[in-house]
Amino acid sequence: MQVPATSAAARVRLECNFDPEVLHSKRTMVDVVVWFFILGVVAKIGKSDLRLPEALYESLSIYLLLAIGLKGGTELSRQPVAALLPQVGALVAFGFAVPLLLYPLFRTLRFDKANSASLGAHYGSVSVVTFAVVSSQLARLALPVESHAALWVAVMEAPGLIAGTLVARWALGANPGPGPRTQLRWTQLAHDLLFGKSVLLLAGGLLIGAFAGDAGVGPIKAVFVTPFKGVLAIFLLELGLVAGARLLTLRGDAVKLILIGVLLPPVLGTCGVLLGQALQLTVGGMAVVGTLAASASYIAAPVAMRQAVPEADPAISITAAIGVTFPFNLLVGIPFYIWLAQQVHSP
Amino acid sequence: MTEKFPKKLLVIITEAALEKPLTELARRAGAHGHTVHDVRGAGQYGEREGSWEADRSIELKIVCSEAVANQIASEAMTRFAANFGLTMFFADVEVLRPDKY
Repeated sequence: MQVPATSAAARVRLECNFDPEVLHSKRTMVDVVVWFFILGVVAKIGKSDLRLPEALYESLSIYLLLAIGLKGGTELSRQPVAALLPQVGALVAFGFAVPLLLYPLFRTLRFDKANSASLGAHYGSVSVVTFAVVSSQLARLALPVESHAALWVAVMEAPGLIAGTLVARWALGANPGPGPRTQLRWTQLAHDLLFGKSVLLLAGGLLIGAFAGDAGVGPIKAVFVTPFKGVLAIFLLELGLVAGARLLTLRGDAVKLILIGVLLPPVLGTCGVLLGQALQLTVGGMAVVGTLAASASYIAAPVAMRQAVPEADPAISITAAIGVTFPFNLLVGIPFYIWLAQQVHSP
Repeated sequence: MTEKFPKKLLVIITEAALEKPLTELARRAGAHGHTVHDVRGAGQYGEREGSWEADRSIELKIVCSEAVANQIASEAMTRFAANFGLTMFFADVEVLRPDKY
């Protein structure tokens, strides 16, 4: 049946009336791309020989970061950037505060100083792929979201990493762990954060999109917009393999890491949703900020922390971030943050 | 017959995060060049499949004089062995152009 041109929400209503498949998919809160992630986890746990080439992982991550940046950038070109500064300031402050607040909690759970700071940095920073999944879910549910949401991801990546590094330097300053004290070069860290793959490509995409606008980006939409969800699905298959591998290596701190990975995101996510409400965002915007607050970085953070806090055991933070929190957010967290945003949103 | 000159081959297998600091260290110590491969494998630090950022390992090869190889290895041990997976070994090699190394 031909649906006449109309608004997105009305179109979904029309489709819902006639298409039982759409009705069914609206009932399930889990996006189709999440099943690819589960397939990857199952493949790894089942000891399948499935292995995606590293070059493919690299290419897909570059594609996703650029595509997310471009999409946010074209929307950014339509509005005054100065008006967004309060939002940006609040999100930067939130990302910076998370490692400072979590450090005493991790210390109470008997993680050493370096690992407590590193874990905090992972949770203070954000996961770009979790953002992509919540955006996809919100689009499917036809919930409105601020079109410049990619800007939030770009600005929330680094503050948590800087705060985690500061906490580690402060905590380890008086009592360094085993091995010689490594001299942290702040200029090197700043360079790695700003020119690291994720911030560079996200911010680069945002700027290109903002300068080029809709007309400029139009000719490359066939590459960066249309295939986005399919590419995200393949990337999640790979992340499923990575997460499955981390789950297989869970030992020692397993119970603590599972508790952290499962209990922390709803708390941080709730704070994020409330922050979104305070910033007077849309329902989708609140859900996105909640999801970003609840997510843990596993692309930028492990690389940055290995340089800045080499005393920390990377296996601990990575297992919590990608082995537990990432799957939790995909399956339970994102539907919860969307539901919560709908509950607290006052029209 | 072509004349051959003895040199040391220092091979360092470690986390990709150390590529930049190690190559800087090698240059400062007097090495004229290096070769890096992406590798995967397993050891004390568990299995490293090299499939994503935090899981990448490298093999760094440096052909140089024995003194330079010793200096690089000793400084790498002091700075990185406590916190990073680090495997190092030396081999005797012969080269045709000693000035190049």
